Amino acid sequence: MIELAPFAEAVGSDGPITISGLGTRGGQVLGVRCVRAPSGIDWVQPDEMVVACGAGTPVHEVNAALAKHGQRVALPDSGTIGGALAVGHSDIRRLGDGPVRDVLLQARYISAAGEIVKAGGPTVKNVSGFDLCRLLVGSRGTLGFVGDVIVRTRPLAQHSQWFSAPAVDPSVCFARLYRPISVLWDGATVWVLLEGHAADVNEQATGAGLSQCDGPPSLPTGSRRVVPPAAIGDVTGTFVTEVGVGVVHHADPWTPPPGDERAAQLERALKHEFDPTGRLNPGVQFG
Amino acid sequence: MIAALADELRAALTPERVRTGSTELGLYARDASNIGGSAGAVCFPTSTAEVQACVRAAHRHRVPFVARGAGTGLAGGATPLDDALVIVLTKMNRVLSVDPINRLAWVEPGVLNLDLSRQVAHLGLHFAPDPSSQQSCSIGGNVANNSGGPHCLSDGVTASHILGLEVVLSDGSLVQLGATEAEPRGFDLRGAFVGSEGMFGVATKVCVRLTQNAPAVRTMLMDFDSVEDGAQTVSAIIAAGMVPAALEMMDKLCVQAVEAYIHADLPVDAAAVLLVEVAGLPHGVEADLARIIAIGNAHGARSVRIAQDEAERALLWKGRKSAFGAIARIKPNYYLHDTVVPRRMLPQVLRQVYEITERYQLQVLNVFHAGDGNLHPLLVFDKREPGVMERVLAAGEEIVRASVAAGGVLSGEHGIGLEKRDFMPMMFGPADLAAQAAMRRAFDPDGLANPFKVLPSPAACGDVQNVPAGAWV
Repeated sequence: MIELAPFAEAVGSDGPITISGLGTRGGQVLGVRCVRAPSGIDWVQPDEMVVACGAGTPVHEVNAALAKHGQRVALPDSGTIGGALAVGHSDIRRLGDGPVRDVLLQARYISAAGEIVKAGGPTVKNVSGFDLCRLLVGSRGTLGFVGDVIVRTRPLAQHSQWFSAPAVDPSVCFARLYRPISVLWDGATVWVLLEGHAADVNEQATGAGLSQCDGPPSLPTGSRRVVPPAAIGDVTGTFVTEVGVGVVHHADPWTPPPGDERAAQLERALKHEFDPTGRLNPGVQFG
Repeated sequence: MIAALADELRAALTPERVRTGSTELGLYARDASNIGGSAGAVCFPTSTAEVQACVRAAHRHRVPFVARGAGTGLAGGATPLDDALVIVLTKMNRVLSVDPINRLAWVEPGVLNLDLSRQVAHLGLHFAPDPSSQQSCSIGGNVANNSGGPHCLSDGVTASHILGLEVVLSDGSLVQLGATEAEPRGFDLRGAFVGSEGMFGVATKVCVRLTQNAPAVRTMLMDFDSVEDGAQTVSAIIAAGMVPAALEMMDKLCVQAVEAYIHADLPVDAAAVLLVEVAGLPHGVEADLARIIAIGNAHGARSVRIAQDEAERALLWKGRKSAFGAIARIKPNYYLHDTVVPRRMLPQVLRQVYEITERYQLQVLNVFHAGDGNLHPLLVFDKREPGVMERVLAAGEEIVRASVAAGGVLSGEHGIGLEKRDFMPMMFGPADLAAQAAMRRAFDPDGLANPFKVLPSPAACGDVQNVPAGAWV
């Protein structure tokens, strides 16, 4: 087990504090004392399909270790494990991989009071107590600073291939495919990632009128919008949309619509419970 | 106080949908666990507005309330304590909308799990979580308990299939936690709500993800001379990079009971039987089938029986799912446990389960989700036998302790409820429990929603009442 006491000591129990990994997702809050989570893989258990590591471990380092066992972790392959979980954004494999929140089994974090707190448990299935892990994923380090985690792994696909088709209705294409890993659409062309047995992949592609291509299109970086998946047809401008998911990579910036006010009250109540003085990642928006 | 509350509820709902007679109060004083409580009044709202009216009235009178669906829970999560108001959601049972393109549906909490799958079957879709109680358990109950089932091995438990929730909080206010969007802004409140065992509020609408039916499915039965061989086969399948749709195990006594019940020509002399199902596209399924058979053979499988048609597949599954009915042939009562251990620890913990039950002179059947290490030791007994309940409970506690000591957890899919509330410190320290209590306080500062479940005191000191002397915890 990773020794978290030094990390807990660094976080301490008073004064504003921020955390940074590799800085790929915005990094630390400026002008505030900054800590780093422990880094390094504690253990890999391929027959349990779980890996334990420090939250500061780069995702690619975990994936390199898992690749030896034919596995990977279903997180975006950049930055640290802790960063990927704290931000909680999935990548374009979302349709096949599921959300980031499904990856985390156990986290030990340092609370605003400087205590080591465990959320979740080490097994792939667990309903012992409230699901604090899910609350931590996407909370941007505003509820606690995650020190180490146990995350679920997945087998690497035997065969993986991108396809595309011009001028296809994305929903028609989506309907013809059995559990594609990704379906992207820019308003004209559809790109599809299929994985599995090579013969199945090829039969699926042929049935949906898809041709092999080199990979996905480059994604516009102006904004990453989250819309109802049924509303992707309403998006205008320059975009690449994740069909069946509703994440839109758009060239233009975007301000998300206001959320439910009662939900915002709940978020403030949670923040107050977990960090009454607001010392963790001050200024970072959690709502 | 209860009488005044009931009068208010009769005015808000209709008189016949608010019950205070001893028959109804008795009926709703427990769920499917062995833990009895006491209900003060029972009401049957039919809309979100009526649920709000019920909760507001309870809030005004400071009476705790317990939302429940079909009451199939096994951990006492829906058992009311201290004359709580029981809000029964079974009349809110409509599928509100289905989006067949994006494979989503909005449903009311009282929709039964299997009914939902039946209603979307014509679209080639189903709701993936499939608890053994799926014919009678409700979606709202699945949300409250983050329910599992055999097919959650590859498709994930309920939490992976819930996108949005409409929730009545304990002050009667309404909140939307997520919707159809993949990543609603802010904290993942819907994720936090799933599995909160009715203690964060009452879900009145649920947006569920629907799963495509697999084009090809193969189901097989492998049997072994030892539990170890069966368990090692499970680990080897997973380590080989396969995640079958289901990977279930039954031990000898269980197979014998089931065979006597359904006559499926099961190998009654085997020490362990594995039910393996692979699902997906045809080439992948056939390739996995061949690899799994080879792995089974390498680990001493005595025979492999592949279902030749849908009827045989249904029969093999009937064997798995009717285990609980079959045990009535052995003893009239049973106590079903639910713990998870790392897969590699299955042989060791099963040995301990046999040792513990032998020591307490109890019979045990094991039928469980081997693929995710989710044990379900089933202690069978006759409660008329003097002193037997004490032995059942003591053996159960030892089984839970052995599971946690082996690196496992208290519950895989049944939840904590009252049953395992006081076991929580086996897994969590004071700071861990305080964090969970903080979640609860943020959602329900008054501690009115299903109080005194999940969190052992003093973590639950914000809850309004204590377990009464009459409750059998």
